[in-house]
Amino acid sequence: MSAWEAVIGVETHVELGTASKMFCGCPADTTAEPNTNVCPVCLGLPGALPVPNERAIEMTVAVGLALGCRIAADSEFSRKNYFYADLPKNYQISQFDLPLCLEGSLDVEVGEQTVAVGITRVHLEEDTGKSTHLGETGRIHEADAALIDFNRCGVPLMEVVTEPDMRTPEQARAYADELRAIVLALGVSDARLEEGSLRFDANVSVRPAGAEGLGVKVEVKNMNSLRSLQRALAHEIERQTALAEAGEPIAQETRHWDEAAGVTKPGRSKEQSSDYRYFPEPDLVPLHVGDEQRDRIAASLPELPAARRARYRGMGLDAGTARLVAEGDGLDEVFEEAAAAGADPQAAATWLTGEVVAHLRRTDARLGATPLDGAALAALLAMIDGGEVSATAAKAVLAGVLDGEGSPREVAEARDLMQIGDAGALEAAVDEALAAHPDEAGRLRDGDMKLIGFFVGRVMQATGGKADPRMVSDLIRGKATG
Amino acid sequence: MGDPADLTIAEAGRQLRDGGLTAAGLLDAVRRRASMTEAQLHAFLTIDAEGAAAAAERADAALARGEDLGPLHGIPVALKDNMVTRGVETTAGSRILAGWVPPYDATVVERLARGGAVIVGKTNMDEFAMGSSTENSAYGPTRNPWDPGRVPGGSSGGSASSVAVGSALGALGSDTGGSIRQPAALTGIVGMKPTYGLVSRYGLIAFASSLDQIGPFARTVEDAVGIFEVIAGHDPSDATSYRGPVPDARAGLAEGPEGLRVGVLRELSGEGNDPDVLEAFERTVDALAGAGATVTPMSLPSCADALNAYYLIAPAECSANLARFDGVRYGPRIGGDTVEQMMGATRRDGFGPEVTRRILVGTYALSAGYYDAFYGQAQKVRTLVVEDFRRAYADVDVLVCPTSPTTAFRVGERADDPLQMYLSDVATVPVNLSGDPGISVPVGVDRDGLPIGFQVIAPALGEAALVRAAAAVERLAAFDARPALATSEGAA
Repeated sequence: MSAWEAVIGVETHVELGTASKMFCGCPADTTAEPNTNVCPVCLGLPGALPVPNERAIEMTVAVGLALGCRIAADSEFSRKNYFYADLPKNYQISQFDLPLCLEGSLDVEVGEQTVAVGITRVHLEEDTGKSTHLGETGRIHEADAALIDFNRCGVPLMEVVTEPDMRTPEQARAYADELRAIVLALGVSDARLEEGSLRFDANVSVRPAGAEGLGVKVEVKNMNSLRSLQRALAHEIERQTALAEAGEPIAQETRHWDEAAGVTKPGRSKEQSSDYRYFPEPDLVPLHVGDEQRDRIAASLPELPAARRARYRGMGLDAGTARLVAEGDGLDEVFEEAAAAGADPQAAATWLTGEVVAHLRRTDARLGATPLDGAALAALLAMIDGGEVSATAAKAVLAGVLDGEGSPREVAEARDLMQIGDAGALEAAVDEALAAHPDEAGRLRDGDMKLIGFFVGRVMQATGGKADPRMVSDLIRGKATG
Repeated sequence: MGDPADLTIAEAGRQLRDGGLTAAGLLDAVRRRASMTEAQLHAFLTIDAEGAAAAAERADAALARGEDLGPLHGIPVALKDNMVTRGVETTAGSRILAGWVPPYDATVVERLARGGAVIVGKTNMDEFAMGSSTENSAYGPTRNPWDPGRVPGGSSGGSASSVAVGSALGALGSDTGGSIRQPAALTGIVGMKPTYGLVSRYGLIAFASSLDQIGPFARTVEDAVGIFEVIAGHDPSDATSYRGPVPDARAGLAEGPEGLRVGVLRELSGEGNDPDVLEAFERTVDALAGAGATVTPMSLPSCADALNAYYLIAPAECSANLARFDGVRYGPRIGGDTVEQMMGATRRDGFGPEVTRRILVGTYALSAGYYDAFYGQAQKVRTLVVEDFRRAYADVDVLVCPTSPTTAFRVGERADDPLQMYLSDVATVPVNLSGDPGISVPVGVDRDGLPIGFQVIAPALGEAALVRAAAAVERLAAFDARPALATSEGAA
């Protein structure tokens, strides 16, 4: 089975989160009522001309820098010519031989292993419109009519192309995950796969393990999640390996991942050898990114996910927790605040990735929308440490804080969850418990120390969980031996 | 002549301001002229009677309030039909845009409106500005007011004809390879192509984006400058628009030719020109020298290859620019079983033969395996042209040559011979490749009484020198012939 190895390259389209479209002032909002965010430019009306979105260019340079790319001082837009009904000019403004960013590399962690994935290029282009085919089957060739929504047309799309440096579906998934984390950290896209703001295509071939050359390449499309990327590649590699082992030819083609069936299927065979007749876009002047602009963007880059994870590990978190905190939606911010407020980093991280995330999932809420901040989390942890709330009660306190009932102390007091730390009150409760169970109390005094646990349980029950179990235990031990 | 339709823009402007004339009266005069001549000329595709009347009324009201909107205030101006006009059909001379009413105005249209101009209508043109005779219009040819058996040149033949005959006092054309200067020469008027980037292309239906430039037609150099002043200037909607200040073209009007360094462009000023054209050209050059200009012959070898490069670059760009006409969103649609069939049928039906030819040439020139030999090579020639011009301007202020090697040819004479037709542009194409400004000024008539144009070209942003030379040529030539159709007897 190990006689064949896969070679994988990934192309990622990222819909940039700019306010306006790539070449006109229309809002880049694809969710609006169809064909409401359109103008002569993005509809490709005769006479209309494109004007590039500076913000999109800066975002692309930022991603290029984060991926260790060389930023081309001089690049240009080109026209990619092909006829398609949702491409109103019947050419797409893209970049061809002179992209904005090139020759980068991204370290990707897969288990214990780190794989350096070469970044061929990062370039900028415009998105197309969206076609909907009406008819019973929803298939193009059987459709009764087609509707086109041009709201998406002209939304800035950044394309990140890797070298064929990945060998397993896991590596490809880890790469995609890391790229997504970077895009999110830079704030250049909402990176939602299910909504298509992040789209992955993979090029995959197989060759005898250890061989130098490349096998016949198949492009796999239509993977809408990281999981389907991994599954599709696993399937495709298996398919190609079986063909190779049987000595059958592998066709160079585009295949579509069928999520439900769990297989890749050949695409429509309209894509003969496509000649896009690229040439420099004469409606735009060449792009120039000066050293000063590049350096300014570099200086404004936030901490990247890998650096952040390394720093969190330095603070004592294990690798898995560090990744969860670094990449969870808003967890990093609360975590850093809590640590800064004196909380133990590992405890803060454990609470965040455990109880907090579980509560958010239950209530379908986002952390940013709750009142929980780092100070509150630190305060709660301090109350646990100081014996003011039990670990059990603390979960209820946290839920109250997340639900907006107030600070941890306010919630604990309002819900009557403060631990009883008053020795006099506890002693009375212990005496009551001993009196209520005279047989067990007798055996305890006779030295049956196993019964300490029994009485701690009674006291905790009687106090509604508010008693400090350690103090209770000490008191009972004192009664037994005293 | 007492007919306001025969006034220059400058003179009409004076009369509008001193109360001797109203914009409404001036509009009536050009409308009368049009009604007398249109049946023979077919200069217009659309006459916007209502819009023009409203604009004239606004212009008069503003003048009455004491507002002065500049040199075109109240002046009837015609617009080539490749500039989009909100609410007024715009076809670019093509069947594929029949009935299309744009939802927006070109930047030049907005600027004309702000300048108080009265847009009288949309003029005929070679389909998508591809041609040198205005015979390639899907709506029938425009004819030359000097002789309706002849073409007015092209592709802006409708605009040229309308100004020559007096159905407008000025007009806008577009010049991709000579489409303003060549028809100006063939109709005996002034036509100017400004420096690429000085006039916004936003709303100009593209032929070849890197070459297209909008510019004025008028009967005098001064009037052309007036139109230029209104339409030039940076436009944030056009990424290729020049950001710096507009050159002071008017400054060139007053200066004489004394000390002006004039280079005679040798490759384009000898063999290949009609003897009458050459004679008128040389007479004018001598007059310039006599008036104190320094005249030097200049050789620009790359000009010989410019036409070939042009006929690869322009078709390559047009093959993409015209891809959008597919029947999906606007214009007529010819049905088909699939989207691809519908697009193919619509385009086959909608485009005329010359447009189809250029799309095919351009598609071929950009194809894998041919790109380097054709489009790539043409771009190198373009670079050579730019360098040749730059070198020349170290020694001279302007270059001159005949605008067109011939005067107006007969309708149908070159229609079946594309290569012969392409040669009409041999002298005008080089500055489209270099981006520099050029102007054609009438300097005489040939043995048939047909006008002859004299071309001045200048370095980029050198509109002041361009106008200085052109105004001197205009004064020295003292061209005052008028086309037969511009008089009521001729129009009868």
